[in-house]
Formats: sequence, structure tokens, C-alpha cells
Amino acid sequence: MAGDAVKLLGAWPSPFVMRAQIALNLKSVGYEFLEETLGTKSQLLLQSNPVHKKIPVLIHGDKLVCESLIIVQYIDEVWSSGPGMLPSDLYDRATARFWAAYIDDKWFPSLIGIAKAQDDGAKKAAIEQVSEILAVLEDAFTKCSKGKTFFGGDRVGYLDIAFGCFLGWLRVTEKMNGVELISRSKTPQLAQWAERFCADPAVKDVMPETDKLAEFAKVLFAKFKNPPSQ
Amino acid sequence: MEEEGEDVKLLGAWPSPFSYRVLWGLKLKGISFQYEEEDLARKSSALLRYNPVHRKIPVLVHGEKPIAESTVILEYIEEAWPQKNDHPLLPQDPLERAEARFWTKFVEDKNPTFFRYFRSTGVDQEQATEEAKQVLKAIEDYAELQIGKEGKKFFRGGTIGITDLTLGWISWWLKAMEEAVGVKLLMETTDEAEEGPFPNLSRWMKNFREDPVIRDNLPDFDDLVLYFKRLRHNFIATSD
Repeated sequence: MAGDAVKLLGAWPSPFVMRAQIALNLKSVGYEFLEETLGTKSQLLLQSNPVHKKIPVLIHGDKLVCESLIIVQYIDEVWSSGPGMLPSDLYDRATARFWAAYIDDKWFPSLIGIAKAQDDGAKKAAIEQVSEILAVLEDAFTKCSKGKTFFGGDRVGYLDIAFGCFLGWLRVTEKMNGVELISRSKTPQLAQWAERFCADPAVKDVMPETDKLAEFAKVLFAKFKNPPSQ
Repeated sequence: MEEEGEDVKLLGAWPSPFSYRVLWGLKLKGISFQYEEEDLARKSSALLRYNPVHRKIPVLVHGEKPIAESTVILEYIEEAWPQKNDHPLLPQDPLERAEARFWTKFVEDKNPTFFRYFRSTGVDQEQATEEAKQVLKAIEDYAELQIGKEGKKFFRGGTIGITDLTLGWISWWLKAMEEAVGVKLLMETTDEAEEGPFPNLSRWMKNFREDPVIRDNLPDFDDLVLYFKRLRHNFIATSD
């Protein structure tokens, strides 16, 4: 089963797609990357994920897996030799899942909140909210890492993947708004972690360069402000 | 290996479907626990200590270690008591596990839609009702494959699993909400010959409610309707 061909339907700017790529890289699984174009949805995507019509979709042989963190868990369970991406201690596993849910439910909406803010007042409030959440995550890092390099310990793990995939977009947000969100002064542990995460062999080739992402962001945000008429 | 009668506590609240998910999971697996009712209007210092991030129930406390978020708790329960394997909440196969998690997440992500249906009025309510019906249709389509074509009793198969536990709220709480809101969503029919718009979902709801563990662990329906009526009234009163 593990030997079947692996394809990943995705797009280079997507942090959710990056989660799946990092997981495959950590397990040294070769895969074919099928790039979706922004603004269009291929027939393959519509057929593979009819419920949500969203990337990423993992195509493993004839099996389809959707939802980025579910894909990461699937990869962890199928390619099970070697260290797991979730901690081995059961309580630590629950903690990692808890914080991953927090990332999706609280962190991600707060980050896009900055891009969606319509005026300076709203923007300031959105930035404040992101900073508060980062303070919570700085604290979470202390508890989860237990003095080690990553949320997952010595190696990049499930929670590192869940949060780290947003670092490119976080840097773009900082640049476009002239703010520091993760920094050595405000969030020292997250600042160090961010550097180590981005430098990890499983991450560095799939993390987009900030400048390239910033160019893409300009095009995308123009669409937010001037949505094409349907 | 864990032992019987060890320290397991569930902090919950009687009107909460999230609380019941965990309670059902523990009971289905035959895990002994101590239940502590939280008054959501006056949260205990214990709850604030156990779940400082969200300050919400349910919280499972196992040997003084707290775990929050109902679906996270259910995954934990499944792994922490491997010897209680008469009633697995998740399948073994990785693809089937991914599918169970996919639908569990789908249901969870739609909470805001049903919340809007519950607390809104007028045009907003009409829109929310439409969206909620679309959500139910998506689940009905999945139920048509699992319950209809494959003839399963539950989404997990012959026994209740994590997807069933997460969706279970619609078989009781949503029906109570319908009474409070005065707008029908499920259109469940009591007449077997007549099919509403969600026949497979209706069949699943009936199976779920009739399961002995579920049936014996549901809040009083009339109390729930009254609770929801009051809650909806408060939401509407404070929204202008």
C-alpha cells in the first residue's frame, strides 16, 4: 500500500498544501506535485474533493485524502516506520491536537483578519489580536517543546507543521504592514523556532520566498478589494 | 497500562451536545469516570484552571491532566484505553480513519451555520436556514452511501464511532432547537412510508437515538426546549 504512486494536488502559495508537502518530505516519500491555477479549479480537483473543492488533496494510488491536517495524519499512519510526527506520549499527542485545532480555529482567521481589515482602525485591532494569539502560542511552545528545538521536541512534528506553514504569509503581513509580529523581543522562543523550522531540510524547499509571496499577495488582495463580478 | 477506577473526571454541562459526545464515548467504551456539572453562568475555578485558553466544557481530566476540545478528547480516549477495544471509535485502516476524521471535521466546521440559524431572525434567519439545509443535504448524500447503499447502521459500521458521536447532536439538540426557533430543518417523518428530504439521515438518527447507551444518556427533551427558548430570547433581545 505504501508503495503506490503519490500525487499532491496543490498550489505553491498555500500554507495548507505546504503541510502535506512537509509531511511527505519528512517521510522521504516521493510525489508528483500537480499545480492548480489560482482562480480556476481543475476537473481533477472537483472530482477528488467534491465536498469542499479545495486543495490540498492527496492522491495515493486510487485513494483520495482531503483536509491538510487529516492528510498529515494519514501520511504519518501509512509511512509508519521511523519516528512519528505526533508525540509518542498520549497526553502530549492530545496537547498537539488541541493546539493544531487552535491554529486552524483562532490563529488562521486572525491572520487573514489583517488582510481583510477595511480601514486603519480595523487593521490596528486585527494586528493587536494576532499579537495576543502569538503570546499564547509563545507560552504553548514552552509547554510543548519542554526545552527542545521544536514544538514536537527534537524533530519537526505535527504541531510545527500545523503552525510553521504560515510563516511565509506571516512575514509578508509584517512587511506589508510595517509591523513585527514574531520577533526576538516580543516572542523570543517563536523567533528562534521560526528560523530553525524554515531551515529544516523538509521545509526549506517548499517554503516560498517572502518577496515572491508578497508579489502574489498584492495580486490576491486586489481581488479581495475588487472582486470580479460573477 | 491503565487500571480500573483511576482518576477520570469529566467537566460538562447538561445542555451541551459537546459535553455529551465525550460522555457517550466514555460510556460506550465502559470507562469509569466522575461527572462534574459546570454552571456555565458561574464557571468554576477548576474549569478556568483546566482550560485557561478557551474556558469551555467539556474537559476530560485524566490523572489530573486536563484535555479540552470534544473531538481531541475522543481521539485521546480511543488511544488511552487500548484494552477497551470492544468498542473502537475509529477504524484501523488509515484511509477509513481519514474519512472518519473528514466527516467529523465537516460537522464541527458547520457549527457556526447552525448557531446562526438558532440566534437570528428575519432575512438573516432565512439565509441561515437555507445554508443549514445545504449542510444537511451534504450529510444526507454521504449517509445515502453509508446507511442507504452499504446498509450500515451507523457511519462507523455496526457500532457508533467518532463521526456518529460528533453528528449525534442533530438527533436531539437540533430537534429541540427547531421547537425553540419555530423553523423546521430536519423534517423527520414518523411515518415510515413517507420520506422527508433526508431519508438516510432520518434512518441514521433513529438508529442513533435507539442505541441503549445513547437512549439512556440524553437530557430531558422538554427541559432542553425550554432552555433553548430562553437562550434564543436572550440572544434576540441583546442583538439590537
